[in-house]
Amino acid sequence: MKALVAVKRVVDYNVKVRAKSDGSDVDLNNVKMAINPFCEIAVEEAVRLKEAGTVSEIVAVSVGGTGCQEQIRTALALGADRGIHVEVDGTVEPLSVAKLLKAVAQQESPDLIIMGKQSIDGDNNQTGQMLGALTGMGQGTFASELKVGDGKVEVVREVDGGLQTLSLTLPAIITTDLRLNEPRYASLPNIMKAKKKPLETVTPEQLAVEVKTHVSQCGVAPPPERAAGIKVEDVAQLVDKLKNEAKVIS
Amino acid sequence: MKTLVIAEHDNASIKPATLNAVAAAQALGGDIDILVAGLGCGGAADAAAQVPGIGKVICADNAAYEHQLAENISLLVAEVGSEYDNLLAASTANGKNFMPRVAALLDVGQISDILSVESADTFTRPIYAGNVIATVQSADAKKVITVRTTAFDAVPAEGGSASVEHSEAVHDAGVSQFIREEVAVSDRPELTSASVVISGGRGMQNGDNFSLLEGIADKLNAAIGASRAAVDAGFVPNDYQVGQTGKIVAPDLYIAVGISGAIQHLAGMKDSKVIVAINKDEDAPIFQVADYGLVADLFEALPALEAAL
Repeated sequence: MKALVAVKRVVDYNVKVRAKSDGSDVDLNNVKMAINPFCEIAVEEAVRLKEAGTVSEIVAVSVGGTGCQEQIRTALALGADRGIHVEVDGTVEPLSVAKLLKAVAQQESPDLIIMGKQSIDGDNNQTGQMLGALTGMGQGTFASELKVGDGKVEVVREVDGGLQTLSLTLPAIITTDLRLNEPRYASLPNIMKAKKKPLETVTPEQLAVEVKTHVSQCGVAPPPERAAGIKVEDVAQLVDKLKNEAKVIS
Repeated sequence: MKTLVIAEHDNASIKPATLNAVAAAQALGGDIDILVAGLGCGGAADAAAQVPGIGKVICADNAAYEHQLAENISLLVAEVGSEYDNLLAASTANGKNFMPRVAALLDVGQISDILSVESADTFTRPIYAGNVIATVQSADAKKVITVRTTAFDAVPAEGGSASVEHSEAVHDAGVSQFIREEVAVSDRPELTSASVVISGGRGMQNGDNFSLLEGIADKLNAAIGASRAAVDAGFVPNDYQVGQTGKIVAPDLYIAVGISGAIQHLAGMKDSKVIVAINKDEDAPIFQVADYGLVADLFEALPALEAAL
């Protein structure tokens, strides 16, 4: 069984992102980049399925500029077998990413496509579902547990207020939530080995996909600042303030 | 301009999130209809018809829609939605699940999690977990939008009398099957919808000490959360995590206990209406966003707080 894992290069989750002073975009100069945390969980899940003997080959794919080859290498160091870099400069919207991934999936014919539920930059939470619609595949979004069976995958999903279990016909798309697993760290020998693993670069033209703009960004601004608060002396004063000033408890 | 709101419901009644989505539809202006898809969902359709200002309610009552499977619902919404300019749903786990499929079926972009309507094609939405607010403009003739419910005040649930029309459209993609649902056994409200949240951080020192939060949570009907530091230290499971890589919450009252206030945590809770911080380090960054800060040892403050409530 083959697994295709999509990974995205994003700003490291520890970085506090700010709007540029002219409000045109966020300031990403000299900012640390990393693999999107949810994508890392996707890679980890594929590697665990391979270790369990369910998956025989893991292909990591990323859409973006040349920088995202770093994140493909990270996926290779974590245990993916080979990488595909779809080279596109600038921002690529979820629908275009989904179209590019569909073209890659048509070439690779994976049984499982595993990806993060959202990236921590655009926070769109769309690509996996869009890929599902374009390919006609079933989707298990916000997955916290997977059981791969014969021609099917059972997915436990995190929904509002509880868990939902679905059975999907393979091939299917899984998008990961936090509880699915705890990703490992890549060991130094594996990081070295990853440098020798195959990484192929393709263009949207080669995949016959037109990258379009549907939603454009007009500008960015910092969120409204919170007014400075006060320090209370003790618990009694805190309870009094919450009851009589903020009126949030009764 | 015509807008279709896809209802969030439990077949018997509509959920409050639907009323927030209708509020966003009103901000767009024009005619508003509501689609209720489910099985035995006549009750929910009747409830939707009572929302003031609705043109009509379209009720798609079929076994294919019983569990809101995204593969089936998206085909229905794309078909019914062909006559509308805007398709809106609340940005709940369910709305997030099927709406992007609708957008892809219609070959349009989706605008996720809108905070405001600036004009018919321009919206604001949070990016980078709310650290930045982006203004975005859609170039698509048809707009597929999910609505951050905390950003739009709910419209009244009653006062209208729209007609209910039945849709006979049946879409069963046949690639997904519902097995079971386990609603969380906790008596406490769910983290993302609770009106009060109390969270513990590394300062709690271990998982057992989270019991100090439980008594307070019981008294305030609060959900219990945690910082990533507390989760990484193994004090509590991952699904407690509030923050950029965890759950984003915006309750009326958020109480942060023993949490220093790392960026990644603040991103998940700073839209709360009132924030209380209890920490023994008076320089902790959490105090910069707290409305009420208490510099104290949490092991003394928590029992005192529980007793005072």
